[in-house]
Amino acid sequence: MPKINSTDKAAKEVKEKEAVKIAGSSNTKIKIYINNKAIYTSPDKSILEACLENNIFIPHLCFDPRLKPQGTCRLCIVEVEGIPEAVASCVTNVREGMKIKTNTPHINELVRINLELIISDHPLDCMTCESCSNCALQDLAYIYDVKDVTYKGKIHEKKVLEDNPFIFRDNEKCILCGRCVRMCDNVVGASAIGYAGRGFECEIIPAFEQSLKNTDCVFCSNCISTCPAGALQPKPYIGKARIWEVKKIQTVCPYCGVGCVIDLHIKNNKIVNVSSEIGKHVNRGNLCAKGKFGLDFVSSSERISYPMIKTKEGKLKKVSWGKALDIVSDKLAAIKKKYGSDSIAILSSAKCTNEENFLMSKFARAVVGTNNIDHCARLCHASTVTGLIQTFGSGAMTNSVEDIKHSDVVIIIGSNTTETHPVIGYEIIRCVQEYGLKIIVIDPRNIPITRYATIHLKQKPGTDIAIILGIMKIIYDKGLYNEEFIDSRAEDFDKFSKCFSAYTAEKVAEISGVDKQSLIEAAKIYGSAKNALIFYAMGITQHTCGTDNVIALADLAMMTGNIGRKGAGVNPLRGQNNVQGACDMGALPDMLSGYQGVENDNIRLEFENKWGKPLPSRKGLTVTEIIEGASSGSIKAIYVMGENLMLSDPDILHVAEALEKLELFVVQDIFLTETGEFADVILPGACFAEKEGTFTNTDRRVQRVRKAVNAPGSALEDWKIICILSNKMGYSMNYNNTAEIMDEIASLTPIYGGINYERLERRALQWPCRKYGDPGTSILHTKNFTRGKGRFIPVKYTPPAEVVNEKYPYILTTGRILHQFHTMTMTGKVKGLNEIAPSNLVQINTDDAKNLGIKNRDRVKVESRRGAVTALSLVNSKIKKGVVFMPFHYADSPANVLTNPALDPEAKIPEFKVCAVSLKKI
Amino acid sequence: MRIADLPRYELQPEEVKRIDEIIKKYKGKKGALIPILQKIQKDIGFIPVEAQRKVAKMLGIPEKDVYGVSTFYSFFSMIPRGRNNIRACLGTACFVKGGKKIVDRIIKELGIEPGQTTADREYSLQVNRCFGACGLAPIIVINDKLYQKVNPEEVIGIIYSCKK
Ligand code: SF4
Ligand code: SF4
Ligand code: SF4
Ligand code: FES
Ligand code: FES
Repeated sequence: MPKINSTDKAAKEVKEKEAVKIAGSSNTKIKIYINNKAIYTSPDKSILEACLENNIFIPHLCFDPRLKPQGTCRLCIVEVEGIPEAVASCVTNVREGMKIKTNTPHINELVRINLELIISDHPLDCMTCESCSNCALQDLAYIYDVKDVTYKGKIHEKKVLEDNPFIFRDNEKCILCGRCVRMCDNVVGASAIGYAGRGFECEIIPAFEQSLKNTDCVFCSNCISTCPAGALQPKPYIGKARIWEVKKIQTVCPYCGVGCVIDLHIKNNKIVNVSSEIGKHVNRGNLCAKGKFGLDFVSSSERISYPMIKTKEGKLKKVSWGKALDIVSDKLAAIKKKYGSDSIAILSSAKCTNEENFLMSKFARAVVGTNNIDHCARLCHASTVTGLIQTFGSGAMTNSVEDIKHSDVVIIIGSNTTETHPVIGYEIIRCVQEYGLKIIVIDPRNIPITRYATIHLKQKPGTDIAIILGIMKIIYDKGLYNEEFIDSRAEDFDKFSKCFSAYTAEKVAEISGVDKQSLIEAAKIYGSAKNALIFYAMGITQHTCGTDNVIALADLAMMTGNIGRKGAGVNPLRGQNNVQGACDMGALPDMLSGYQGVENDNIRLEFENKWGKPLPSRKGLTVTEIIEGASSGSIKAIYVMGENLMLSDPDILHVAEALEKLELFVVQDIFLTETGEFADVILPGACFAEKEGTFTNTDRRVQRVRKAVNAPGSALEDWKIICILSNKMGYSMNYNNTAEIMDEIASLTPIYGGINYERLERRALQWPCRKYGDPGTSILHTKNFTRGKGRFIPVKYTPPAEVVNEKYPYILTTGRILHQFHTMTMTGKVKGLNEIAPSNLVQINTDDAKNLGIKNRDRVKVESRRGAVTALSLVNSKIKKGVVFMPFHYADSPANVLTNPALDPEAKIPEFKVCAVSLKKI
Repeated sequence: MRIADLPRYELQPEEVKRIDEIIKKYKGKKGALIPILQKIQKDIGFIPVEAQRKVAKMLGIPEKDVYGVSTFYSFFSMIPRGRNNIRACLGTACFVKGGKKIVDRIIKELGIEPGQTTADREYSLQVNRCFGACGLAPIIVINDKLYQKVNPEEVIGIIYSCKK
């Protein structure tokens, strides 16, 4: 029989990793016989899985390692001794001593008949089919030599659905295996498509044959990736290339922190499709719309392809690299001489690679001589770093994405997971449906995942601490805390335990507006869970009390002993593809790479020895302080790589004023952004697909980024730009490639100590990975906390910096939506995404809207103490009364004109999540 | 059948009320979906798309699951009946006595096939097998009134005369 295909291999590997699975399973192996050969396997496997992992071919069409097997295609049949009929191997588990025969003449005959039946109602147009040579059905027809269709049955005229920008469905080619439906129901949780009709008429289609645009479809494309035939196609990529013409380059998605591994299909220096290996990597082959369809920006004609400087008349003029970098280096040197190193600030980038961030940190410290380096993590997870370092000693996700299935309860607080970290959202939804995972959602809106929640606490924005304290009190009073853990693994519990005593359920309900009974129920569920995870994101961190919010969650986890195990921990979801890496690399004003404090003389000494330069010892300024400095005149020059301050920072009108005052403003980016408009010099960088390097995803996974296409014009890799500039400024920085930079990182950064490109070529590594041979760490704090003992720190509820009043009676909270990303520098260039999410919508509660006379899609003016924007309204009852929500992506209606730059005193993160606004219909 | 080809139908206020009542009655019971759809089919005469959306929303289930059931069973129909429902017989007796000619005549006049409804929703046409009135064959039934020994020449006149 022929060789097994890649899906099978992938399936095998997943199952290997999942050997120790949910409750009841064990590591013990059992012995079975396949075709008279003894094989050892684990008892929770199906016969199909056991065969595939032993390279024994079994045909199958309805099996996908990402889905629960259903046994519909009946192709995977085998003979089992003692059972008279052939059994479907995908839905039959192995048993000790089982004797299995595959591919017997009898079985092969049955498979053939089955295939003939399928093919008798299938158009035989492989020559023009998009899926040709990438189709499991075609492969099986070839293997079993099915060409002449014996059953000249009726061929049905089935429907073609393409009235949406992304998913093309040709039901003529559908074999009704149901994989797409199961994917959409059980993994994505969108339930957008289903079977309709019966018998010969049966088809898979959205309800009422409506456009997918009118359903809950999120255009994730996972139905396409699971389809074993050619019925589903990625519409924007149709007709671009045959599969054998493309070169596949494996790299990492440039969007969110999940860090999905993607294969870019390249033809003629262009991305012509995107896929992901099934069952492998952190995303197991799943993607979201941005990763699959959102890469048009790479070849956009709007890319900057040559350096530019601003003329006296304020116009941008094309110049050579030599000229542009001479200006930058001369001016930086002059400013340094005149005002001192600390008058210069560097903004590094969570979109760039680890290597580039590391070099940027080196550039700031060794070349410029300042610690004024920061990046956008300040605006999202600075409070995570400060909060978790104090309590645990490490500011990153404690667990891995694969861990979710080991947990029985997850709290999702301040994270719209399915929209901001879609692939982690899928895993949670899958575990709810497959293993009965319970979700407690704490969010002011009915975010999509609340559909799968056991409890939803719909709080007033900014009252999270009160809720967490309330939950701790209930847990404490009911004796659901873990005394052993508190005694042996943590310290300061006694000092801490007073902090929640005043937060009775009544009081918490009053402060936060959540239902008292649900609060108690939530506390009971979390408190009695065997293994519980907490997921949080910007809804927790972007507050003036952000650090305390994070600490409160850490306290809650420690109190119940939910940390340091599979399925138990505290998990900040990082927003950008490499925000974790940018932090790890020391693009922070107070830390060198690996969270090593700049104020520590020994640590500095090590870097000084390696870099051959004395380094500044005083902490530098944060993003928000840098802008303040520019405005007050203490900062004279800013060099920003890949960030769009003009939409992402709070109170952007103020940012604009500050940037105007600079003597030198250098912007290195792939597009001319709103920020670029203010630049004196613009340096064209290369995007993720045009360079080598690594990104570190939200679960601390260091993954290889690979060059797939050439950068436009004379645009250069950011690391090369930094090197050239540095050399011009008299500090020699020479690397032949990024692997050498990684070696330097490893030599100076203990948590990356064991990481190098050779290992990464084989697999991703999760830090801490201290030395060569260290397999990396999938769960933190298993025996000890990074800081030794976990520290309980008391917190108390403080209301947000800005509260509502008569003039500004509504609370505005901001965030992201699924089909746009950040400041739209990238997604804004993707036609389909803009068709799905064309304009800014301000979400208003139905009752509030009624009082204000606002109807759905009315134009509304939203005003705060700092400014006003207009947007169309989205009226529904999914949002709490008194609260309005706006995404911050849209430049023509920028939410951050409104937001409050008030800072968390420790982490200096602005309070994006709460400000007071008024609403008016216009 | 294509949903897009169905005549547009807006639920009448009393139908909306009726549907709400039906859903309320069954809501929360196990396996409520099929009885609800049956009741709607019975009371409204068909199951409009709008009604299915309502059912999905009120039961908190995906629309595609409602649609899956409503298209699976042949006794559910999504085609609205006309204000005047014509049922012609093609049972053996009627067929032998020229029932086919009658049906063809109606099809020609109204421009609809059996199972369809005219665009103005005045008439819908169904074909049945034997009403148990073979002695009177060929027959047609319009709005529950039976017409016997119909001949193809008269049938159009009968239809227009009993328009509601
Ligand atoms: S794209 Fe995703 S959400 Fe849409 S139908 Fe396919 S699986 Fe479902
Ligand atoms: S569209 Fe593809 S995945 Fe879905 S049922 Fe048809 S053949 Fe299977
Ligand atoms: S989930 Fe995140 S990393 Fe994965 S494809 Fe989507 S945006 Fe990219
Ligand atoms: S793979 Fe087992 S029945 Fe389809
Ligand atoms: S055949 Fe028409 S009534 Fe019996």
